[in-house]
Amino acid sequence: MARELGIGSPAIASPRRIPEADQARARWLAAQALARWQRRLLPLIGAAALLFVWWALVAVFDVKPYVAPSPQVVALTMVQKYSVLLSNLWPTMIEAISGFALGNLVAIAIAILFVHRKWAEMAFFPIVVLINSIPVVAKAPILVLLLGNGMAPKIAIAAIICFFPTLVNMVRGLEAISPQALELMHVLSARKWEIFLRLRLPTSIPYLFSALKIAASTSVVGAIVGEWIGSQVGIGALIIQATYNFDSALLYATVITGSAFSVLFFLTIRMLERLCVRWVPHPA
Amino acid sequence: MASAAPLTNAAALADVPAIELRGVTVRFMSAQRDVVALEDISFTLQPGSFLTLLGPSGCGKSTLLRVVADIIAPTAGSVRVLGHAPGEARSRREIGFVFQDSTLLPWRSAIDNVRLPLQVGSGARPARGGRNPEELLALVGLSGWEHAMPHELSGGMRQRVAIARALLGDPRILLMDEPFGALDEITRDRLNDELLHVWRETGTTILFVTHSIHEAAYLGQQVLMLAAHPGRVREIVPIELPEPRHLSIRDTAGFGALAGRLRAILETC
Repeated sequence: MARELGIGSPAIASPRRIPEADQARARWLAAQALARWQRRLLPLIGAAALLFVWWALVAVFDVKPYVAPSPQVVALTMVQKYSVLLSNLWPTMIEAISGFALGNLVAIAIAILFVHRKWAEMAFFPIVVLINSIPVVAKAPILVLLLGNGMAPKIAIAAIICFFPTLVNMVRGLEAISPQALELMHVLSARKWEIFLRLRLPTSIPYLFSALKIAASTSVVGAIVGEWIGSQVGIGALIIQATYNFDSALLYATVITGSAFSVLFFLTIRMLERLCVRWVPHPA
Repeated sequence: MASAAPLTNAAALADVPAIELRGVTVRFMSAQRDVVALEDISFTLQPGSFLTLLGPSGCGKSTLLRVVADIIAPTAGSVRVLGHAPGEARSRREIGFVFQDSTLLPWRSAIDNVRLPLQVGSGARPARGGRNPEELLALVGLSGWEHAMPHELSGGMRQRVAIARALLGDPRILLMDEPFGALDEITRDRLNDELLHVWRETGTTILFVTHSIHEAAYLGQQVLMLAAHPGRVREIVPIELPEPRHLSIRDTAGFGALAGRLRAILETC
């Protein structure tokens, strides 16, 4: 008897065939196919249009190469100097990913502490807010003085920049359980760690991924900003060098390389999210 | 079950009320003044009976249920559940609770939601076996839906899963807090019938909160009417309708008179 209430239940017979409906269905399928192609093609057309406008502006106004390069020069530079770009991308990648891992792990651990020990949240959350309010460009020199010129300060900056959004979102996620769910756990005599494992942690996962997606991009920003101050290698260092040498083509190629990694990092996290969180509908 | 337990125990159980409240008062503290949610509530419920709680909003129906379930401690008075303190009954898994919202865990399938009580409360394993999760889903009419996720189920189906979950471990007390309040009337009627079926099948004691006069009269053997501000017992109305009941009973003159009487009392609450 429950089946009658179900979605896609076998009890619902398929409707009688009528020609009007078949035509309507054919039109609907055609519209769907068109929409699908539009979703795929329009972004590419948009990108191509932007490249064309860029090329046209440089050509029409005769912009000098040390001010801004044309797109085809940038493309050529990316091919010719790919080994330079790649060898500078590696350190930035390592710093960003290490900082991402470190910052998020610490944020998750502190969020768990805050949720279970309210006094800790009251004591330390204002300090966290204060530190977060210092601009990253101001934090960077302090960390370079503290940690030297190697990878350590860059990882630290990337970690700090990831830390705050994850902490705030994770605390919110761990507390986003309904009062009734908590009452249910109480009636079942669940222990605190069981409530954490079976209820709080799964509830927080979508919140965590929202933060991780932000962190994926910002960790790259953190690593690059770190490299601006006293570094010989990395995307950030290459940006500074190219700027000082008025090598605009290399500058643009470097920026594109850095963004490509950033986007790839973001997409990886989003893919993980879709694998892990199957109970919340995702926008297409 | 009775044959497995020692005779003395079985004999003792028969005399012990399922739920016994004596002078229960609940006050909630606030900065301005104490809010009296319940005042001097006393009643006794025999094992296997079905009591519905009816009253205007703010009369403390849900609070009363939570006192029995050991979620809220009474400010004064005594509560006994199967002859024990509520906390004791809870940790023996004698209490099943169904909320207005199904409270299913959205990342678990129907069957895994029913299994939840087996996976938490490591300090309190159910003493008796009872039906297994598959049998419970079948009991509430959901065989074939074991692996459906909550977002694939309708509101009524989610509530059936919640009932199956509450019945795991064969609790002797089932507390229901407006479980069908958010459902449409057709679904609600159907679930009312199925709940009576479940009650007859399991022999559990049910305490059922509702704000529907018809639901209260149709389901309960007795209706406990609560008055508001502060919540106190107005009257306990016995419902003398032939058993087993069927929905068509609602069209009889007897049922109409009963509903009219409950409505009249409700107006004085």
